Amino acid sequence: MGEPRLIEISPVTRVEGHGKVTIHLDRDNQVDEARLHIVEFRGFERFIRGRLLWEVPVIVQRLCGICPVSHHLAAAKAMDVIWGVDELPPTAEKMRRLMHYGQVMQSHVLHFFHLAAPDLLFGFGAPAEKRNIFEVIKENPELGRRAVMMRKFGQEIIEATAGKKIHGTGAIPGGINRNLPIETRDAFLKTIDDMENWARDALALARGYSLEHAELVNNFASFPSNFMSLVRAGDGALDLYHGNLRALDSQGDVIFDQLDYRDYHEKIVEDVRSWSYMKFPYIRDIGPEAGWYRVGPLARMNTASFIDTPLADAALKDFKSVTNGAPNNAALNNHWARMIEVLHCVEKIKELLHDPDLQGTDLEATGHRREEGIGVIEAPRGNLIHHYQVDEKDQVTYCNLIVSTTHNNDAMNRAVKDVAVKHLSGHEQITEGMLNHVEVAIRAYDPCLSCATHALGQMPLSVELFDADGALIDSRAQAA
Amino acid sequence: MTDQDITFTIDGVAITAKPGQTIMEAADDAGVYIPRLCDHEGLRHQGGCRVCTVKANGRSVAACTQPAAPGQTVENETPHINKLRRDLVEMLFHEGNHLCPICEASGNCELQAMAYRLEMGEPTKFPYLEPSRALDASHHDIALDTNRCISCGRCIRASKDVDGKGVFGYVGRGIHRRVAVNGEDLAHTDADASDHAMSDEVCPVGCIIRKRVGFATPIGEREFDKGLIGYEIEGKRRG
Repeated sequence: MGEPRLIEISPVTRVEGHGKVTIHLDRDNQVDEARLHIVEFRGFERFIRGRLLWEVPVIVQRLCGICPVSHHLAAAKAMDVIWGVDELPPTAEKMRRLMHYGQVMQSHVLHFFHLAAPDLLFGFGAPAEKRNIFEVIKENPELGRRAVMMRKFGQEIIEATAGKKIHGTGAIPGGINRNLPIETRDAFLKTIDDMENWARDALALARGYSLEHAELVNNFASFPSNFMSLVRAGDGALDLYHGNLRALDSQGDVIFDQLDYRDYHEKIVEDVRSWSYMKFPYIRDIGPEAGWYRVGPLARMNTASFIDTPLADAALKDFKSVTNGAPNNAALNNHWARMIEVLHCVEKIKELLHDPDLQGTDLEATGHRREEGIGVIEAPRGNLIHHYQVDEKDQVTYCNLIVSTTHNNDAMNRAVKDVAVKHLSGHEQITEGMLNHVEVAIRAYDPCLSCATHALGQMPLSVELFDADGALIDSRAQAA
Repeated sequence: MTDQDITFTIDGVAITAKPGQTIMEAADDAGVYIPRLCDHEGLRHQGGCRVCTVKANGRSVAACTQPAAPGQTVENETPHINKLRRDLVEMLFHEGNHLCPICEASGNCELQAMAYRLEMGEPTKFPYLEPSRALDASHHDIALDTNRCISCGRCIRASKDVDGKGVFGYVGRGIHRRVAVNGEDLAHTDADASDHAMSDEVCPVGCIIRKRVGFATPIGEREFDKGLIGYEIEGKRRG
């Protein structure tokens, strides 16, 4: 019998932000406790107070460099309400949607090809020096090229709608500050069919992985949970930009549906724990023990009744057929779900590019000022809630943000524990490859830890090993 | 050109000045740009920021206040002078909180534009003073974020000399000197959105904010998206 140990994985790699994993092993090398800690803190909710309301969509997007558009749009939607605008001019809403589809596309492509593909192509236990995008490109240059070109396309859509590829200024309270010139539209139309074909190929790749590795996928960090996302008002279709909230339990039964997101606080409670800067939200009616839930691509495939673009809808039906329509619980199927969404985004972009409203000149609306606004959007990583109060001097007095990674906090911790128990328990020697299994489970959620704590940092992951008395006895850190 | 006109050179270029013109006024007319921040067309010269420092016959002077003199040899765009200017601009960045990425003046801001023109890299030479000044949003149409103020005094001169009001003034001495409003806050002054002092062109930075405008002008259509600061003056020379 050996001594109890603490393993620390710090930093966690190929995710955004800075986090670490601690794993406590007992004297028999059995996993006693495993946790994902978020070790950064930024305090956006506090320092945004006092700023002027029209600055907010530009300031809060600095939470993140990967999907700033999500924060930009969620904040703009909240400020629309404060601006007194319930319905944007069609050009404004469609330009914002175009921006959003561009960013979901680029973010998902980034995650699938650049961050996750090395694990999927080379194996979770492959040598660390092999698990990176450069090896993917070396092994499959065409795949690598497409990954770069698809991401570029998404980024250029963002630039055309927001003025910059990262941290633009397109959405303003009550509208948008630009339309899409014909020549820009025509440039996108030249490559949109390539994007569609490549998105289909990427979907086939992700689907193939899930089906060919069904045993691994169905047993790796796979557990029943509740799921939540926006769905389109009325028909429950997938809608990444706007809609009402729907939550289903692990059987697919409705917890709440078509809930006006302005009432989110009646259904969602944010819990705090002493060992993480990230909150733990749960569904109030179910309670803190069993009320945790998942958001993101997998959740959206489970909650959406259908998809309103034909290719993605066929892919969704195929996805649902694997579980005979029941919720899909396998975290690794997030990759498959992500690629369905990429195809959906490409279809939506194509549809919008043919819409003459994008060349409209009615860009802004105004209305009777309100003091409070809530904006909700489906970010690439899942549901994103922005909530503000503004005084009569136009200054923010209150801000609450619940980001996708926060919604997924409990689920990611359970995934870490699940994988640690299955892959680390009973082993005297803990290898780097074993620890990567833990990271793969976290990575499946594509977490953005900076957003989750509204915090600044790089994202390297670390794993710590504690003895039975809680003393740190070993740690493994991976280079960022 | 008349008999009274003065001729001199700036960086070897022959310049003709009318009697009483400053070096900067003559240079502007001739299409030679001399960097400046506290000077602004239509306002009396102050000679405060010293960004317009040139060497006239080897002596450092403020081009905005120094009269043009016959036969004078003026150095403007030399590596030495531009380094001095860059240091001055860098110090202005360090004195305030100039967060260009989230400032609605970005792209229209003369301080930012000057930093680009003078090729200011990452400012690391001086300590950041990091002032903490509350935003004054008391006025219905105008907000003041004095964290961004560079004490150029343009608003003071515009309010006093053009608007005839005196909404702004300097308070404090030495390094503590800064622009303040003549009242408890801006709402308790006679400031009005139609004042020249409140117009877009007077405040060179994002300190005087016209409310509810924000980011309505997209990136790419902002003033200094069209060219480096000074491009309009230099354009006269290029014809």
